[in-house]
Formats: sequence, structure tokens, C-alpha cells
Amino acid sequence: MHEKTLAELSQALQSKALSSVELTQHYLKRIEQLDGNLNSYITVTAESALEQAAAADARIAAGNATALTGIPLAHKDLFCTQGQRTSCGSKMLDNFISPYESTVTQRFLDAGAVSLGKTNLDEFAMGSSTESSFYGPTRNPWDTDRVPGGSSGGSAAAVAGRLCVAATGTDTGGSIRQPAGFTALTGLKPTYGRVSRWGMVAYASSLDQGGPMARTAEDCALMLQVMAGFDAKDSTSVDQPVPDYSAGLNDSLKGLRIGLPKEYFAAGLDAATSDAISAAVKQFQALGAEIKEISLPNAELAIPAYYVIAPAEASSNLSRFDGVRFGYRCDNPADLTDLYKRSRAEGFGAEVKRRIMVGTYALSAGYYDAYYLKAQKIRRLIKNDFMAAYEQVDVILCPTSPTPAFRIGEKIDDPVSLYLTDIYTITANLAGVPGVALPAGFANGLPLGMQLLGPYFSEARLLNIAHQYQQVTDWHQRAPAGY
Amino acid sequence: MQWEIVIGLEIHAQLTTASKIFSGSATTFGAEPNTQASLIDLGMPGTLPVLNAQAVRNAVKFGLAIDAEIGMTNVFARKNYFYPDLPKGYQTSQMDHPIVGKGHLDITLDDGTVKRVGVTRAHLEEDAGKSLHEDFHGMSGIDLNRAGTPLLEIVSEPDMRSAKEAVAYAKTIHSLVRYLGICDGNMAEGSLRCDCNVSIRPKGQAEFGTRCEIKNVNSFRFIEKAINTEVQRQIELIEDGGKVVQETRLYDPNKDETRSMRSKEEANDYRYFPCPDLLPVVLEPSFIEEVRGELPELPQQKRERFESQFGLSTYDASVLSASRELADYFEQVQQTCGDAKLAANWVMGELSSLLNKEGLDIEQSPVSATQLGGMILRIKDNTISGKIAKMVFEALAAGEGDSADAIIDAKGLKQVTDSGAIEAMLDEVLAANAAQVEQYRASDEAKRGKMFGFFVGQAMKASKGKANPQQVNELLRKKLEG
Amino acid sequence: MSLDRTDVEKIAHLARIAISEDEIPATTAKLSGILDLIDKMQAVDTSNVTPLAHPLETIQRLRADEVTESNQRDAYQAIAPATEEGLYLVPKVIE
Repeated sequence: MHEKTLAELSQALQSKALSSVELTQHYLKRIEQLDGNLNSYITVTAESALEQAAAADARIAAGNATALTGIPLAHKDLFCTQGQRTSCGSKMLDNFISPYESTVTQRFLDAGAVSLGKTNLDEFAMGSSTESSFYGPTRNPWDTDRVPGGSSGGSAAAVAGRLCVAATGTDTGGSIRQPAGFTALTGLKPTYGRVSRWGMVAYASSLDQGGPMARTAEDCALMLQVMAGFDAKDSTSVDQPVPDYSAGLNDSLKGLRIGLPKEYFAAGLDAATSDAISAAVKQFQALGAEIKEISLPNAELAIPAYYVIAPAEASSNLSRFDGVRFGYRCDNPADLTDLYKRSRAEGFGAEVKRRIMVGTYALSAGYYDAYYLKAQKIRRLIKNDFMAAYEQVDVILCPTSPTPAFRIGEKIDDPVSLYLTDIYTITANLAGVPGVALPAGFANGLPLGMQLLGPYFSEARLLNIAHQYQQVTDWHQRAPAGY
Repeated sequence: MQWEIVIGLEIHAQLTTASKIFSGSATTFGAEPNTQASLIDLGMPGTLPVLNAQAVRNAVKFGLAIDAEIGMTNVFARKNYFYPDLPKGYQTSQMDHPIVGKGHLDITLDDGTVKRVGVTRAHLEEDAGKSLHEDFHGMSGIDLNRAGTPLLEIVSEPDMRSAKEAVAYAKTIHSLVRYLGICDGNMAEGSLRCDCNVSIRPKGQAEFGTRCEIKNVNSFRFIEKAINTEVQRQIELIEDGGKVVQETRLYDPNKDETRSMRSKEEANDYRYFPCPDLLPVVLEPSFIEEVRGELPELPQQKRERFESQFGLSTYDASVLSASRELADYFEQVQQTCGDAKLAANWVMGELSSLLNKEGLDIEQSPVSATQLGGMILRIKDNTISGKIAKMVFEALAAGEGDSADAIIDAKGLKQVTDSGAIEAMLDEVLAANAAQVEQYRASDEAKRGKMFGFFVGQAMKASKGKANPQQVNELLRKKLEG
Repeated sequence: MSLDRTDVEKIAHLARIAISEDEIPATTAKLSGILDLIDKMQAVDTSNVTPLAHPLETIQRLRADEVTESNQRDAYQAIAPATEEGLYLVPKVIE
């Protein structure tokens, strides 16, 4: 059963060849057998999953099912789910039972999807390896000595390890696309504002965006159909109609203009990844696309700008974790300041504390202009680069990361080297444009990823391009050995 | 040394909205602790703010009323600091781009002179919760019902030169926000709170002295006392060779002193930055015009109209226009009786002292405007005299009748104007006081004046005050001369 | 840009994060390394560039002034570290 894609399973459920309860039980069993090693889930909600599955079967029988009804999914543990622990991978929220439901997970509940549980992540989504989680690192099913990427590494490993059909992720600087690249998945970061952030615990509010992670572009389209849409509870949510993301999947790529940013194919890119993208370029040409070299002249400024803006917003967003109304509180605080300082020092991990401190510094008196304001100006330059590029091309093709998955522990003591792995992904967050990551090949048994970035609200086109590529390649069909 | 006092005020006005500025929680005062604190107000992870339209409208109303520049694009920023009554660890406020920019306000001082005070800006922000310091085993309790209540922070220029001016300014703001219906002005419930920035400088010096901020002064009386106390402290400090330290202080009305706030001692670095969860608020010119159209007549306009339309003195006009309710009451009395001066006299005289004595607001007046107007009509048409009117007014206040007419009827207070009846009554009075009549007639002009009053008194007494005093005068004079 | 111990202590205090004596050297080094990375921004001239706070540059939507919330105190306080009589408890607040 777990070999099938979401689209295939959806059909099997609708035709009653399979019941959601059977399917859910199957996945729960796989989690029990295989997740001890992967550590992709923080919380497995077997009981409620089976209840949801039974309800889904009833709904299918009643004839009012959606494409997602009865499909066992997993949610990144950054989405609040009512009555369940929502930990954000942090000791700070280890005891946090969310009193409310996020818009994204509510939409899946309304669609009749089954939630198997909550997946592991870098603490508060701050990281690119899922090693900074309070619940320990997640392993990459393609090589369990390696990281699955991050911060949505738990979702990536769970989908790649066939421990759920598809999953939700969030992407602030590449946290959907980079792990998708590391695990041979298809993952989409929508346009900023396309998916509601209500109930998605904030890391950097002006960059965060939820999106789907699945095996194929076709599955991502089905997932995004549920996730996307206006939400009055989120001021940054965009009130624009949601297209049918599956409708155009089979459109021809004839005449499609694909841009290759020369800055992204310079020094520092792993040779195998570079070769894989060259091969993909040929495939796209064969599908009728035109290839053009373009320039994103300010690309190299993206990392410094991102590592000001994201920590600055995070330093403020995470001030609410003060040991007063929810979450971790230190023992026997001597006074108010002690309560704050020890609750936060003991509740947050090293990387979160580092980013809070960097952000605090960047916003502090005397440094605001040189850091925060400067970064926002560079953000403008980067957005302008994209807008200029989209005058010439329809989409931009580039790698998702400079190398395939690295080893667990390899970069953990060197934050700067870890930050540098975000080089290809963070520009899209700064500019707010959508991007889809998809597998482009393998090197030494490790997946190689690439991504397509499009103009605002071009998700349907991006999925169409990815889908067409997946019609002529089989990277996305490969499964890690033992899964 | 002659010192000059420099005062600027920051007034926080709670805007009258049904729900909070960024959440759908109620803003009702006095609810059980934390029963009006929603997910958003509590700063629960993952929650997001959405701006209340009414808060924006109220702020724009205020801006238009003080003739200010309106921030057509205004931006919310986060002011970051840790405090238990601040659930998110930051206050959502406005910094570089407030909704209301530079404006001004005219205040009337006690001597009737008008002074213009500059308003630097007014911005929207969320209120904090409350810390309750009763002892919970050595802990404080936090109530977040108030957290997220919309505030308009109105910042004045340092234009005031005495505590009295500061109070006059605060009263003018108080009156204005109530006129506009954007704040209930209830200072006891904290709907209007005042921070006073106070400094002194040698008279004639151009640069300002170091200022202290007295936080949260919650009545007009305390504004005056707190400023005077603080000024005294600063003068003594400097004259003793000390230096004023810029700091936040708290006024203790029991001890009549200000003291440094320990918790705010450390230099704050609020790390303001634009709130990434909220987008710029862009106002359309058509919206501004719509709000302008909703503006009521403002206190100053009303005062001027009372002067020109009714011929009232500046003082009377400014007293009667101080609150919208009082002005409305006065205008209704005026409409009923058609006599603005009598209406003004009665409202500012008998009615005001009655309300003062009973501790009532004008809205709670036991005598309605129509009742008072109706009574004044009876003075005008000579049904009753001014003296009888006071009795009628008291009876109205005591609820002894629905209208002046009913009371006049029931108590038989109708003035006697039938000259035949008055003459008959006078004849009796003169007959009863024949000796005095003799005396009067024998006296010279100078003495007669005084004695005449005696006969009037006797006549009014005989008529139980009901005889028309004018007629009594005329007829009495004729009879005595005769 | 390299930080010293006093900077780190000041930042940690502003952020209300306790930092122990033996954590200071490593934290100082790591933060300095990150700031070196960030300082690469200074190379570009941005004097005529308008800052960008939100990628799409859309405007704030306003909510109708309606009460939509009801009392959920018990549910919300069930996850609180310390409450009494409906209040959240904290070490004594001194003003």
C-alpha cells in the first residue's frame, strides 16, 4: 500500500478497493517498526488517527468525500493541533497542549484527511538539518547516518520513509525545499500569503510559509488545494481565488522560458548536483522549453540579509515564551528576572538562543540602521532581481542546496557553515515568490534536488512543470532501501 | 532664581470599541480576571493580530478634530520589553508612521484667555494587562482582560508652563474625546490616563532642563498636585546643588510625593521594528471625508456659536460647552423656553449647584431639560416670579410633579396679576400699617426709598409671594404717593 | 564585527536569557562569527533603496468591530504553569 502515491491511494479509497482504516493501520504499523531508527515523529496520534479513518470511511460511503478523505498524513510539529502536544521541537513547549487548531490542519480535518501525528523539526524551525530538535535528530532514510535536511526534516523523512502518504512543512529559508532535495521528494513553498499562518508557530513572520511535501508534483497539487486560501485570521493572507492546481498538470511546456541564474552555478556547487541539473535542462528542452541564462546580481547578499531579518523577527516572536502563561517554567524562580532568564535559558536550545541573541543585537539601539534596515533594503534589491528576471523568463531553475545530505554532527558546531547551505533557497523567501523542489538524480545513493522558482501565485504553473518532468523521469519513484 | 516650568503630557485614551484592537474579545470593564483574554490576547504561539476598523476610525476622528495631519499610510511597530502584563513580550504600537501627526488644540485658562497647545502626534497601540499585587504567597497575579484594549496615545508638545495649564489641557482633551464619542473618559476606570513630563529651567533659558516622567496620573486633581510636587522636588534638588536625573517616577497621592520607579530604572532598549504580522494601514481620501462628515460640532465651535447665536459671554459659553451632555441639555432648555440667557443662568446656577450637591452628572439630573425649559416659560409669561420659580425647581427636583405647570397648579403658586385683587390686598396692608404710612408720607425722598421696601415686603408676605412684584411696586407707589 | 563579553552579557540580558560564565567564551565566538557573515551586507551601497518589510507590499485589512470570543479561561489556564483565582502567578512585581 505504501508504495502508492497520494493520487493513487485517493482513487483506491474512493473506489473502496481499500479502506482508510486499513491504510491507517498499515502506516501506524510501519511507524512502529521503522520510526525508532528514523525519529521522524515527535508524537504519533494513533487513537485519533483511527477515529478519523473510520469517519473518513463513513464519509466515502456516504459519497461526499474529497480527494484527501481518508489519506494518512503527518503535520510538522509547528502547526497547532487542538488537544495535542505542539512542541515545535523545543523543551520550551514539551508540555504545550494546544488549546486551538491551526487553519492548515483544520482544513485537512475538514477535507477528511487522517493525521498520523506530528513530525520532528529543528527547534522552532531554526535549522537546516533537524539536529537542533529537543527530541533528537531525525535520520535520512536514504542514509541513516545523514541528516534529512531541515527544518521540515521530520516530514521529509516520514514521507521518504513511507511512514505517511504526504506531510505538511513550513519554509522560512528553504525548510521545505532543502529537505525535499535531501530525500528525493517534491515540496512546494507557496507565494507568501497563499497559505494561512494562523496556528503555525512563528519563526520569522514575514518569511514563514506553510506548504506540502509529497512524493510527486501531482500529490503536492492535491495537498496545496486543501492548504491554500484566504484566511481572515491572518492579516498577511492574500485574498485571491485559489485555482485548481491539478487542472493544468498536463499542460505542455512548449515555449516555456526557463532561466538559469549564473550566480547559482558558480563556485561552491557540488559537481554531481551541477551535472544533474544540466541533465534536467536537457529534459526540459526536450519537453519544449527554452533555456536562458539570467542574473540575480544580489544573490550573494541573501544570506547576510536573511540572517538579520529572520533572527530579528524571531527574537521578538519568541519573547512570548516567558514561563508565565504556557510552556516551560524554571523551578523556584528567585524573582521575575530570574523567572524569565532561567525559563528561557533552560527551555530553548543553543541555536534558538543564538538566533534570538543575533536578532536582539540587530534591533538594538545604535545597530538598527546598520543591520535591520540595511537588510530590508537588500531584501528590496533581491525582490527587484526576481521581478527583473521574470520579465525575461517564466521560471528560474536552480539547485536546492550546494551538496547532497551531509552527515549528522558534521556541521552542528559550526553555525556559519550550516547557514551557508541555505544559499539557494532563502532568496525565494526574501522575495516571497513560490518555489517547488523536486528530485533531479542521485549521487552515491544520495538524492540530488533542484527547484523551480516562479512569479507570485504561479504555483499551478510550477506544479505543471514539475509534473511534466516527472512524466519523463523516475527519480521520484525510487524508494530508499528498506522502506 | 526664577524658574520656568515646562510640561508636556502623554494621554492614553482607551477607545470605545466593542472588541479589542487585534482580537474579537470584549472590552467590558470589570469582568472576572482573564475571562476576556482570548488566544490572541494571551499571546498563544501561532496566533496573529487583525486590526479593528473602529479603532482606526476613532483615531482618524481625533486627528481631524485637532486639525492634524492624518497618516494616510501608517505602520504598526513592535516595542519589545519583558513584563508580566505584556503577554507577547512586545507591545504593538506605532513609531515612525503614526496615524495622527502634528495638530493643535486651544485651551481656555481660568482667566478666560485662550492658549494654543501643540499635539506632536497620536498613535494607536494596545493596552497591557494588570498586575495585582495582593499577596498570593509572595507572588503577583496577572489579569490580562485589559491586554489588547485599543489605546490612542496623544503626545503634546512641551507647551505648558504651569500645572494649571496642564490640567486645562487634560480637561480639554477629556472633553474632546467625549464629544467625539471615541473614549468614555472614565478616569476612575483608567479609560483616560496621563503621563506628565516635567522639567524646569531658569527663566529666559532657551534649552530645556532634564525631564522626569510621572506615570499614570489618573485624575485632574492629581495631575495638578503631582506636577507641583515634582516641580518643587526639582527646584529643591537643583538649588541644593543636585542634578535632575531623567527617569520615570510614580506619584503617591497619600504622601503627596513622587518616587522613582525601580522596575523602570534600567535604560530601556525597546528595539522597535515594523510588526511583520501587520501590514501598512493605508487610508483612502474618501474614508477621511466620510469620517469628517461624521464629526459632531466640537467644543470650540460650540462655544463660538453659543456666543454669537445666543449672545452669551465667553465664560458662560465655555462652561456650557465643556461637555457635550451639558451643552445638549442647555440647548434643549433654550429651545423649550426660547430664552438663552435665562436658560444659561438656570443651568449654570440652580441646576449646577443641585447636581454638585447631589454628586450627579448632567445625564442623571432629576430635572429634565424640558421641565426646566417649561418652568422658565412660566417665569417669562409672568405666571410665576423668579422667587417662586426656585420653589418650583426644588419641587421638580424632589419629583413632586411632572412639570412646572402641574406643580404651580397643585401648590397654587400662580402669580396674582389681577390689579383689582392686588389693589384690594394693598389696601388691607396699608390699613394694617397706618402708622408707617403716615411716617412715609412725612419723610423726605431719601428715607422713603428704604421704607418703601418695607411695604413691598409686607405686601408679598400677604400674597404669599404670589403677587406680581412689578405690579405690586407700581400700585403701591401710586397708593402711597396718592 | 566582533563582540566582547560585555556585549554578549548585555544582549543576553535584553533577551532575558541566562548565560553562565563558562558559556560566554563560546557564545561570544559563535555570535562574532555570525556577525562577520552578516557584515558582508555592508559592502553594497543601499543609500537610495527603500526598505522592504513585506514581500507582496499589500495593505492591512480591517476587521469589523465585533465581539467573537467567549470566556475560555479554564481551557487556556489548564496549560499554565501557575494560576490562582483565575490569575496567572509570577514572582512579585515591584514597581
